[in-house]
Amino acid sequence: MDFGHIGFTEEQIDMLGVAENFCREKSPIEKVRKLMEGGTGYDESVWKEMGDLGWLAIAIPEEFGGVGLSMTEVVPVAEQLGRYMLNSPFISATLAAQALIAGGTKEQMSSLLPKIAQGTAATLALSEKNGAWDLSNIEAAATPSGEGYMLSGTKVFVMDLEAADWVITSVLLDGKPALVIIPKNGIPESAARREKLIDETKRSHEVTLDGISIAASAVMDTGKTKTAFDHIHLAANLLGAAELTGSCQSCIDYTVEYLNTRKQFGKLIGSFQALKHPTVDAFIDYQKSRSLLYAAAYSFGKQGEGEIAIRMAKAQADQAASFAADRSIQFHGGFGFTYDCDAQLYRRRAIFHASQYGDARYHKKKLADLLL
Amino acid sequence: MTASVEDFAKEADAWFAENTPKNLDFMLPLTFMEVGTDQQFDFLRDWQRKVYEAGYLGAAWPVEYGGGGLTQAHQDAATAAMKKYNAPIMFNTIGLGWAGPLILDIGTEEMKHKYIKGILSADDVWCQGFSEPENGSDLGNAQLRAVRDGDEYVLNGSKIWTTHGHYAKYMILLARTDPNAPNKYAGLSFILTPMTVPGIETVKIRKLTGEHGFTQTFFTDARIPADGLMGREGDGWKVAMQTLMYERNAKGGQAGGISITEIDPLEIMTLAREATIDGQPVLDDPVIREKLVDFMMESHAFKMNAARAKLPPLNQDCPQAIPLMSKIIHTEYTRKINEFALSLQGSRAAYYVGEDNAVDDGYWHRGYLNAFSATIGGGTSQIQRNIIGEHALGLPKTR
Repeated sequence: MDFGHIGFTEEQIDMLGVAENFCREKSPIEKVRKLMEGGTGYDESVWKEMGDLGWLAIAIPEEFGGVGLSMTEVVPVAEQLGRYMLNSPFISATLAAQALIAGGTKEQMSSLLPKIAQGTAATLALSEKNGAWDLSNIEAAATPSGEGYMLSGTKVFVMDLEAADWVITSVLLDGKPALVIIPKNGIPESAARREKLIDETKRSHEVTLDGISIAASAVMDTGKTKTAFDHIHLAANLLGAAELTGSCQSCIDYTVEYLNTRKQFGKLIGSFQALKHPTVDAFIDYQKSRSLLYAAAYSFGKQGEGEIAIRMAKAQADQAASFAADRSIQFHGGFGFTYDCDAQLYRRRAIFHASQYGDARYHKKKLADLLL
Repeated sequence: MTASVEDFAKEADAWFAENTPKNLDFMLPLTFMEVGTDQQFDFLRDWQRKVYEAGYLGAAWPVEYGGGGLTQAHQDAATAAMKKYNAPIMFNTIGLGWAGPLILDIGTEEMKHKYIKGILSADDVWCQGFSEPENGSDLGNAQLRAVRDGDEYVLNGSKIWTTHGHYAKYMILLARTDPNAPNKYAGLSFILTPMTVPGIETVKIRKLTGEHGFTQTFFTDARIPADGLMGREGDGWKVAMQTLMYERNAKGGQAGGISITEIDPLEIMTLAREATIDGQPVLDDPVIREKLVDFMMESHAFKMNAARAKLPPLNQDCPQAIPLMSKIIHTEYTRKINEFALSLQGSRAAYYVGEDNAVDDGYWHRGYLNAFSATIGGGTSQIQRNIIGEHALGLPKTR
């Protein structure tokens, strides 16, 4: 049975090297913890640098001011961001751009994509309190009002809202799911409540749409909604898998460092097989995770093959990162039980990603339906 | 004039299409490790000889020693044809894959002229004398004694799990020549050993499947020529490690052919599509569906690992990791998927090879039990975790 292939592009490898060096330099763990504590949760000068480096332009077509590459070349950036736990609006802005490319009108693309390509943030508001991963399972609505629409309903997990200039939101329009672009200045401060996430490196808001109005031109191409949902779903899972895989690598490195340092009974605890062997198992799972990730990066966009590869990558990344971090807590002994031990950061990150766009069980169920 | 690889491949394809034996009335072993009956042995020896004489084995080995003098690409094409037509295995694996490449690499001219052709023609069956009853995982502590006496070595001790021991003419032997060396590894030597001299006795051991295929070998004052020594006394561990590299396909140069019938365990899908448990199709069961997806993901991840290992830009952080974990992943997967297949058979799982009502003639039972030869042999999965932990992650050795 053939589930696809793996390869790489030169541009992808260039991005991998650049991103690795950038993230290592800009995101030491002490800084991660500091940014977690308050405020925007990200370093605005770092975010600006990412924009200046053209990272937001990677997967935007040239005609809209982008570099004209694809999600294939975004994956290594997301992986390294995850490896160094560097929080920023990068994934939100990338996914928002992808939503526009898959579901926007020509005018909307021409208007917004060049700005995003230059480093202006945008985000998505797709999820609702029902916790569903099916993007069409929504209740928020847009009702005709004057020349535009009046919105109602509540959105959750609106990531990086403070940074964003636009919020691409899913609503029912004429009873069918549609995407609309809400300019951030159309959202009153009182409508947005910051959510308390298990992953404290990230920022998200719950947004009450009631009373927010949008112009008719804010409605994206209603004929492309399903295509856009499918594209966003796959892109979000691909980047989630990338971030998770990068975090998993650091988690294992962190555990190994401890096993090579801590002594008990006169020996380094890494010499005890009860610790060594599960750490190796975590490392094996991580290597599989990385292989499936780059296979998914390679097949993104390929009909059929891409979906299978991405679902496998996300499922494996969830499993690997969760196990590695769970064992990391355990193998740090008493210290592992404290807030100061970084293992908790990795465990919380994995719980977050499992909750978004589908966990391992969800994707394996989809894979069963595709493959059996 | 040397045929081009394309032409050679076409000829090989046609030859195996026509000559691959079909519809045998007896069971062939799945791997070279289960050659247990004389009928199996005679058949496989004749088959290997036929393939060699047709030019499709050892094609890349030097002509002057009995090889075909062609390129690895030629041999790979012939091997591909064997796979395509599910040809019976090339059973003389220890010669074809381990001793042969070793001799071609570091052997003397005399050794090459003496041993290579017999390996290819299957006139000389080879076995391996590494593990001992008291020293398996701790191979470096091997105790079988080789004492130099003039131009001979005198051997005393025992080796075990000797595949083909019963049929072999030669053994690649790891023996202790110096019990007083500064460390245990430094006292070992590697000696090409004739099995037919007085003082060497093999006793068949029955496997948990009920089949035969390996022996315990006893050495009692057995005298062998000292010119079988490879390298110098004390080089044994280094040479043995090189042999393991061939065994793990980490080094090239093997003669070709397949020694293990590679049935994709995803053949389980055929079973899964037809199986019912308690009257319900197993594919209706969400738990079974998820488990089957797990196996498909595992299989695909293994393939993607192998492919990524060949793409250095995607494998920078720890380039040796994937090769080091290849054995444990593949062998444990094989064990688990064969075991899972038994769980899809309902009460018919109680039937074994030889019973008409057995599912797939007991294939999955054999597959599962035989899978342990790979999770235990060649370095147990537990030892593999030690190796990966120490060599890939830099964790301290367990003392």
